[in-house]
Amino acid sequence: MLTQEMLDSIKKVEAKRKANAALEPERMSADAKDEVLKKYHPDYIESQFTDLVMGVNKGEKVPLELAELLEGKSRIKASDVDLSNPKYDVDVLVIGGGGSGSAAAIEAHRAGANVLVSTKLRIGDANTMMAEGGIQAADKPNDSPEIHFLDAFGGGHFAAKKPLLKKLVTEAPEAIQWLNGLGVEFDKAEDGSMLTTHGGGTSRKRMHAAKDYSGAEIMRTLRDEVQCEGIEVVDFSAAVEIILDDEGKAAGAVLMNMETKELCVARAKTVIIATGGAGRIHYQGFPTTNHYGATADGLVLAYRVGAKLLYPETLQYHPTGTAYPQQIYGALVTEKVRSLGAKLVNKDGEVFMHPLETRDVAAASIIKECRDGKGGIKTPFGEGVWLDTPMIELKNGEGTIESRIPAMLRMFSKYDIDIRKTPILVYPTLHYQNGGIDIDTNCMSGVENLFVAGEAVGGIHGTNRLMGNSLLDVVVFGRDAGKSAAAKAKDVKVGKLTLAHIDSFEKEREEAGVTTDTLSPKLLPHYAREVS
Amino acid sequence: MSKNGMVHIYLMGKQYEVPEELTIMTAMEYAGYELVRGVGCRNGFCGACATIYRIKGDQELKTCLACQTKVEEDMYIATLPFFPLVKKVYDIEEVTPSQQIMMQLYPEIYSCVGCNACTKACPQGINVMQYIAYAQRGEFEKCAEESFDCVMCGICSSRCPAGISHPQVALLARRINGKYIAPESAELKERVQEIQNGTFEDLISSLMNKPVDEVKKLYNQRDIEK
Repeated sequence: MLTQEMLDSIKKVEAKRKANAALEPERMSADAKDEVLKKYHPDYIESQFTDLVMGVNKGEKVPLELAELLEGKSRIKASDVDLSNPKYDVDVLVIGGGGSGSAAAIEAHRAGANVLVSTKLRIGDANTMMAEGGIQAADKPNDSPEIHFLDAFGGGHFAAKKPLLKKLVTEAPEAIQWLNGLGVEFDKAEDGSMLTTHGGGTSRKRMHAAKDYSGAEIMRTLRDEVQCEGIEVVDFSAAVEIILDDEGKAAGAVLMNMETKELCVARAKTVIIATGGAGRIHYQGFPTTNHYGATADGLVLAYRVGAKLLYPETLQYHPTGTAYPQQIYGALVTEKVRSLGAKLVNKDGEVFMHPLETRDVAAASIIKECRDGKGGIKTPFGEGVWLDTPMIELKNGEGTIESRIPAMLRMFSKYDIDIRKTPILVYPTLHYQNGGIDIDTNCMSGVENLFVAGEAVGGIHGTNRLMGNSLLDVVVFGRDAGKSAAAKAKDVKVGKLTLAHIDSFEKEREEAGVTTDTLSPKLLPHYAREVS
Repeated sequence: MSKNGMVHIYLMGKQYEVPEELTIMTAMEYAGYELVRGVGCRNGFCGACATIYRIKGDQELKTCLACQTKVEEDMYIATLPFFPLVKKVYDIEEVTPSQQIMMQLYPEIYSCVGCNACTKACPQGINVMQYIAYAQRGEFEKCAEESFDCVMCGICSSRCPAGISHPQVALLARRINGKYIAPESAELKERVQEIQNGTFEDLISSLMNKPVDEVKKLYNQRDIEK
């Protein structure tokens, strides 16, 4: 039930809707953006970060919650498994069954490698499945990969590793073509040209979509292809340690059955970490749009064997998480809602910012409006601002919402909110891990034969990511990691397997004075209420 | 009726008292379950949390996604974390967009008895029986559109007397539609060719080699398409 305060505020929003819809709000200057970020973005709250006291990134800043996991204890002892008796012995081991893991598995398999996919839930249980808005690629006549590069580089605060970003934008059109060739559906005009929209921070309309199920459409097709190609997938099987060989090269992983806790060894010539993001760590107590399994496992696995991280201190808070109703608190309201014309409106019905600033700037502006502006609209468990969805149909005609964002219509209608008629309350929600494991252009980390793809990578986007560049990165870097890992596997002769790093890491913990008992990787969040 | 904002539910037959605003999924966690199965995106997109329930005193078995459904008083809940759907293997490059392919891979769709239990059970409100009818006739474009919001939870198949794996049939139809029936984008094809020819190589290299202050200026002054 909407509160009286909400209903009163909605009246003001309705009264100003027509004028607001016609308005073209100004974009912020570079200085104004810097200021709002420093003052309001969660990444700038110093007390929420700490310096790592051990490992490759020692002395560098990470969120408190991540430090606890990176400096955590291993779940196993080296003596718990028999390394001389691997259950699986493959060319390429892919850890993670989301978008990048599936794309990697397909390409590695096609390159002739014997591939195993190990995933801690089911294949397809991943953030890719939940991506709604779209995937970027510069394929329109007024656009080019170079313009895409500039948008992404600037949106990421000029911090991206340029060769990685170049790969992302130049391989984007081919990635779309590859997906379409697998049978992924895209919104198209009758002549076949792609229906594209803006995302926050894009200077050209290059957001390709499959309604607002873009990620789901990609993920279910990739999963189907993995199955059609007969690639072995072992689900409910989490990697808990990377195994090295006696030359310090990655050579497999210890897998744990999520239900029985049984351990087994997977030996591989090359390993790809495709474990995704970290929303379920709930940095700074934020709710998240992420999948149940998004717990930064890959970062922990890689860090423990000596791979360097890049930008682990930067997280993306999606500006429009659901603030009401409670049942879907923190759930993603796709940026496509704003791409289609809905604006952000305050308590008094005033447009307080351009709806398509980059995500970090938009999130910070919403926090600012609630804290120091007109104030947020209160809910029983927080606050938010309005995202005026009825504006979409005012601008684009009746039926637009049902045809272009059916998932949003359904999500709210389950709680008796018709977004065609009523605006929705939103507040920033934890969405994406901008940083991750540092890789070279072959997707290899600092550890030989350990490859990385997808959200677990750091550096592709810099310190903020544009909408639609993540679905793109899972496909581009997933495919590339698969090809590179398969090619590399041809020349690898695996030495003697070892888990000696577990003891040395434990020793380093002691020397650094780390005394916590936190086990990592985390694997799953703990939501069960303590009942005793 | 709820008392003090609490309702009584039965998880696999055992009674628990939980706050009424919870979803079935969060109610299970409130009851103390540490979920591994039957939980996924928690957002209505992945189909991991198919659930069957019945309200005490009511005959009808209802179906839903646990993450998208609020608890009710006297709700008997059974989760369906896995359903053995039939998944046929095919080479998408060899498939032809004709009715033949359905007869070959999923002939059981022609045994549909028209009971409509699939449609009634669908938590996404999809007209499942209708898209199966489209698939039977080889009308893949219509089948793709009708089934588009499918999250592949498998509830429809669990209710089907003919043993049809509806979500898999729909997925095949969508892949055929996406690859063979929907018109190809000429712009996309051309752009991929241009990139392969190295058309943009110099532009990007020159941008990458500029000092960062110059790039910042370019970024801040760039022209934004209306």
